[in-house]
Amino acid sequence: MDRANDVWIEELSQPGPRREAALADLRADVLRGMRGALAGRAGVDDAFFEDTVQETLIKVLDRLETFAGRGRFVSWALAIAIRVAQTTIRKQRWQGVSLDRFKDERGGPPVDVADQSLGPERASLRSELLTAMHRVIHEQLTDKQWLALTAELNGMPQDEIARQLGSNRNAVYKLTHDARRKLRAGLEAAGFGAESWREAWES
Amino acid sequence: MNLSDDQIRALLQDVSRTRDQELTCDECLGELGSFAEQTLKGLPVEAAYDLVQQHLQVCGECREEFALLLKALECLAEPRP
Repeated sequence: MDRANDVWIEELSQPGPRREAALADLRADVLRGMRGALAGRAGVDDAFFEDTVQETLIKVLDRLETFAGRGRFVSWALAIAIRVAQTTIRKQRWQGVSLDRFKDERGGPPVDVADQSLGPERASLRSELLTAMHRVIHEQLTDKQWLALTAELNGMPQDEIARQLGSNRNAVYKLTHDARRKLRAGLEAAGFGAESWREAWES
Repeated sequence: MNLSDDQIRALLQDVSRTRDQELTCDECLGELGSFAEQTLKGLPVEAAYDLVQQHLQVCGECREEFALLLKALECLAEPRP
């Protein structure tokens, strides 16, 4: 049954039979959307869908007040469901992989990737840019910022980084956002604007 | 700095897209449903979603979730079996 956004909010806000009916309809929509998006993936079965829908409905009820009313309520709820599902899938995929494996990535000198096939000017620009990057990373980024950034570049999800740091995804995002800002400012201060990054690195 | 060529390229790309003010993943999540609807309708992106688009450019996980959400909404739009 299709409802207007304010009807969803009204019905879900108060305990009772109207909330139960709304939850049953929302459950059916979320389940159908999720099955369409995720069916056939490894580790995704009926039990997975049931658990995900259950967790989603709890989160939806917790966050009702944050629904801004832009777009359909069901779309907002489905976005939450996809987040819940992907968080579980990523956790399973990265189980047993320690953040520690990325800890010494900052260690050595800049890697010399001055591929001569690039031509001497571009190779030299790359080399200078790398040296500047290395300096900014060493002098301005904290160990935690570089660890999170490196882990991300190696594909580790923010949820997993957060779990192992005893933090949360938003905090990890802020950590790497600050790291990116420092890198941008440091490179620009060293005379490397976005144009030179593109010139040096784009294929 | 044991990063591969591709990782350095990805890092520089993310750095070049970095803004002083960005949405967090949770803030982006709150807007993702309506942004996905607009995308599916092929409507021009409203300025209000500028920060959402920027977040999706630099956050691989939110980008992955957005792609799945588009798929989920398409399935939901199909007639029930």
